[in-house]
Amino acid sequence: MTETLPSPVVNADSAPYWQGAREGRLLIRRCDACGQTHFMPRHLCPACWSGDLRWVEATGRGTVHSFTIIRRAPLAAFAPRVPYVVALIDLEEGPRMMANILGDDALDTAIGDAVAVCFEDRGEGAAVPQFRRAGGRG
Amino acid sequence: MSETSLRNRVAIVGVGESDIGKVPGMTGLGLNAQAAKRALDDAGLKPSDIDGLLTAYSFTEPYFMLGSVLCEYLGLQPRFNASLVVGGATPAVMLKHAAEAIVAGQAEVVLVTAGENRATGQSRDQAVAALTAVGHPYFEQPYGSSIPGFYAMIARRHMLEYGTTREQMAEVAATTRRHALLHPNAHMKAPLTREQVLAAKPIADPLGMLDCCLISDAGGAFIVTSAERAADLRAKPAYLLGIGEFHTHEHIMCAPSLTEFGATRSGAAAYRMAGLGPADIDVAELYDCFSIVPIIEAEELGLCPRGEGGRYWLDGRAAIGGGAVPVNTHGGMLSHAHAGAAGGLFGIVEAVRQLRGGLGARQVEGAEIALVHNEGGILSSHCTMLLGKDKA
Repeated sequence: MTETLPSPVVNADSAPYWQGAREGRLLIRRCDACGQTHFMPRHLCPACWSGDLRWVEATGRGTVHSFTIIRRAPLAAFAPRVPYVVALIDLEEGPRMMANILGDDALDTAIGDAVAVCFEDRGEGAAVPQFRRAGGRG
Repeated sequence: MSETSLRNRVAIVGVGESDIGKVPGMTGLGLNAQAAKRALDDAGLKPSDIDGLLTAYSFTEPYFMLGSVLCEYLGLQPRFNASLVVGGATPAVMLKHAAEAIVAGQAEVVLVTAGENRATGQSRDQAVAALTAVGHPYFEQPYGSSIPGFYAMIARRHMLEYGTTREQMAEVAATTRRHALLHPNAHMKAPLTREQVLAAKPIADPLGMLDCCLISDAGGAFIVTSAERAADLRAKPAYLLGIGEFHTHEHIMCAPSLTEFGATRSGAAAYRMAGLGPADIDVAELYDCFSIVPIIEAEELGLCPRGEGGRYWLDGRAAIGGGAVPVNTHGGMLSHAHAGAAGGLFGIVEAVRQLRGGLGARQVEGAEIALVHNEGGILSSHCTMLLGKDKA
């Protein structure tokens, strides 16, 4: 039996983020009070606690801060994907997020690689942001 | 309001380990109880002397209110009780809370215990899946990340910035295995070479299976009381000289850095309270859930300069008799035992034993001051303590 990859879990903090992913847009939060941009949507700004936040569309460009190649999947659903790359991506706007590096050359990933966002279907229109190597080192 | 110093105010007066390894005949609570009984016997105290209990959490027996459940199991009705969860940092943080309660007059004799039947109380797949839950449920788990994967990303960054090598990480596992072979109750009984570590099944590059901690059935416990009362008890007390904690994040995606963590701050707080520094340390028990971790902690806690942690291990300085501060003299979580919060608790047990002396080939000669560091999450929560054979 093949288990399906996990679908996004939508909650009150993250609903616009996941709606953006459905539309092929990577949305992050910017604070209008202090100007900081952050990843992982929250009820308030983690830098200054202001609630004066808005959603902005990220360019989707970033660099690989670090990565690993998973050789033993933690869940059965990921076993058919082994080996696969899990990376921490520094977005051009500043915040850091986790994703897989997809594509035929994913296993050649190195720290500092330039990457660009793409979206992976997780069923019923749901999608998760992912990245591909974009050529060049950031 | 200024900080109340805990220096010289309390001592660990009893330590105990359960049977360790694969112990199919016992529950997690049973392992805790066995360790607690051994710690109490070690201290020469009776169950009725205990008026405080602190414990951690259990993946295999996930009771709500685990502290109260354990009190009930042990037939205790204390005036101070809680279960704390700061991951692997929990045992050291429990000592801090116990000390604070004793200094505040809220308890006199506190039993601190942790343990789980992680080897036989769940399947290996369940164990790995349960640990996956440590990743952020919404923004990390959808990517098939794993705990070894998180630490692998830290290791890779350390390799890039400081030239740390896989050989250096493998030596952590090999050195601590040699130490474990000197410990009668260690989970692992067979020798292990650096070459075997390097050749082990890859898990999450650059970490292989033998860079990763054990999955054991194990419980550990210690007894804390006031320095005054400690003087009248049977066992040689290990005095708390300094202790500090620091917390920077939970999930790796929110870590402020992949090379600089909160151990520097928790260590500085412990050193400041004790009026001591890294040069005063005789033996160190560091957290070693993965081989990269005690490399980073050796740097952050001042056993060696930043970036030299790998060489500290490869050059043999972490070994007993290696001419520097020996690390993880019991074998650590890579070779002695790892079962939830018990993993870091055994570092405390070993530090107390080293300060008492008489451990034979495992003994660090002239050990008077021990450092123990526990970390939880993905190098997220940190607590450092300094214990002394004498008051500082």
